[in-house]
Amino acid sequence: MAEAMIEFQSVTKQYQGGQPAVDNLTMSIDKGAITVLVGPSGCGKTTSLRMINRMVEPSSGTITVAGKDVSTVPAAQLRRSMGYVMQSSGLLPHRSVLDNIATVPRLNGVSKADARKRAAELLDVVGLASVLGKRYPSQLSGGQQQRVGVARALAADPPVLLMDEPFSAVDPVVRDELQQELLRLQRELAKTIVFVTHDIDEATVLGDKVAVFAVGGKLAQYAAPEEILRAPANDFVASFVGRDRGFRHLAFDVADSLRLHSVTMVGQTEGQSAGRRAGEWALVVDDESRPLGWSSPRDGAGLVPGGSLFHKGDTLRRALDSALSSPSGLGVAVDDDGRVAGVLKAPEVLALIEEVRRHREDAT
Amino acid sequence: MSNVFTDTIAWLTDPIHWTGSGGIPTRLSEHLQYSGLVLLIAAAIAVPVGLYIGHTGRGRVVAVAVAGALRALPTLGLLVLFALLAGSGLMPPVWALVILTVPPLLAGTYAGISSVDATVVDGARAMGMTELQILFRVELPNGLLVMFGGIRTAVLQVIATVSVVAYLPLGGLGRYLFDGLVLQDFPRMLGGSLLIAALAIAVDLVLAALQRMVLSPGLTLDSSGRHTAADDLTATAPAAAAIQGGTP
Ligand SMILES: Nc1ncnc2c1ncn2[C@@H]1O[C@H](COP(=O)(O)OP(=O)(O)OP(=O)(O)O)[C@@H](O)[C@H]1O
Ligand SMILES: [Mg+2]
Repeated sequence: MAEAMIEFQSVTKQYQGGQPAVDNLTMSIDKGAITVLVGPSGCGKTTSLRMINRMVEPSSGTITVAGKDVSTVPAAQLRRSMGYVMQSSGLLPHRSVLDNIATVPRLNGVSKADARKRAAELLDVVGLASVLGKRYPSQLSGGQQQRVGVARALAADPPVLLMDEPFSAVDPVVRDELQQELLRLQRELAKTIVFVTHDIDEATVLGDKVAVFAVGGKLAQYAAPEEILRAPANDFVASFVGRDRGFRHLAFDVADSLRLHSVTMVGQTEGQSAGRRAGEWALVVDDESRPLGWSSPRDGAGLVPGGSLFHKGDTLRRALDSALSSPSGLGVAVDDDGRVAGVLKAPEVLALIEEVRRHREDAT
Repeated sequence: MSNVFTDTIAWLTDPIHWTGSGGIPTRLSEHLQYSGLVLLIAAAIAVPVGLYIGHTGRGRVVAVAVAGALRALPTLGLLVLFALLAGSGLMPPVWALVILTVPPLLAGTYAGISSVDATVVDGARAMGMTELQILFRVELPNGLLVMFGGIRTAVLQVIATVSVVAYLPLGGLGRYLFDGLVLQDFPRMLGGSLLIAALAIAVDLVLAALQRMVLSPGLTLDSSGRHTAADDLTATAPAAAAIQGGTP
């Protein structure tokens, strides 16, 4: 069992004159892992998160961080020892990006020069160009603001990071990017991250463990994401996880044993009509054999945009998606340099899915 | 042919009116001193209270009610009352004017502080700022744009209304108005009015420049890096309001 970093012990929070927002919550959050709190709106995720850094005081029960009861630590001091990222970036409008990132080190008494130096490094860590450091928050895009928010939370190198729907206000493409980058950062930093979202996809992508909350602040299931998708503890979790949980579950099985087939590849210049001449779909590639799109066997279709790409080491979900999203029905597999390695066929992906399922059945 | 305008220009440009104890420079400096004194005392009361109410949200209802009631008091009546009750000298009229200046300053300070985005304040608190740090490092600098509106209104109002202390009689540019009235000397009255108006505009320009200096560019820049209209809009509106509302 992993070491616990944060522990909720019979924690209840009741705002004035209402049902409990969090009801008798007992859970232990692993050190150095990402724990995702997920659930429908109003189920007490934010409240639970904010009780960790005393932005909300529990009505009863205790919360410990690294074995210490948080109610015994002065609130401001406690908060400085944890990074906090919120949905709207919450950056200080009157301060430059660099000074925003330097906020907590400055509060901790680090000199301005040192704090700014560290802030400039962090800008790089979260993937922002250094010229942005001199800008003000109002001059950044939403995605950039969230990156600055993450950098600000990391500035004092706190062991714990609290994140409340940090990526929910950005568009899906940027969200995907930010999620991947959080995972990359986490591989290097190994923080204890508590991450709130209402998006089960985000929860399964990011979480080492996922806590599903039901309305009324009750913990419905707390397990690895794979298990939550495979074996929902009750009807509520099953319905929350959704109809396509079976599909999502594929995201946990690596599709390495899939066989790759060869495909007719043509260069860009001859490409447009190659499919018609060959009487079958032809893959159009550039000089470095990177895929550009498909040439249809039918007349006058020109270059048809391709579907999603399958990379080595990707999951069954990606494998299936690459085949289903491709106009030719053939998923394009590429190597690390983005060069075409072959194509995969939907029936074979399905066969592998069935094989994995049977294998799991035997194991249990 | 002479009319009141050419006479006024003649009055304003006559070197005799620019020297001596009743000269324009002396009256101007008296006017500024009275205004400064009133503003200093009023700010010492209104700003801390406004900061407190803005930050905590406590006492807002009471403050709004009291400020509204104070604003409704007639300037000249209050002045005479204070002079009658507290006797002659500089301080009774100053206190009367302080009472009239506190409401706009208080409202401006309070409005500035509470105009700051709640999520920004929440973020600052979650970063581990103490309440005082939040007030002075977050709410004050970010509320400054709105606060300046209130401050400029109050300053202009004081510069206009300080004229009435000449009624008591004390110095200041208001002397030209009251003396002119008694003597039926219209060029002197008009000249005095123009000087008060010019002073108000000059002071407002100084405040506008100050505002530009102390305001973070982050508050007035839009995403393309241009200055927004917000900081220009506040430049003229209070001046007009104060001159209208402030004359006795
Ligand atoms: N300051 C407050 N005062 C009173 N009630 C509150 C307060 N904050 C939250 N609540 C209530 O507590 C419950 C849980 O709120 P919470 O913000 O923790 O939900 P959540 O799971 O984060 O929801 P969402 O996904 O919409 O952010 C809700 O019913 C909410 O109305
Ligand atoms: Mg929430």
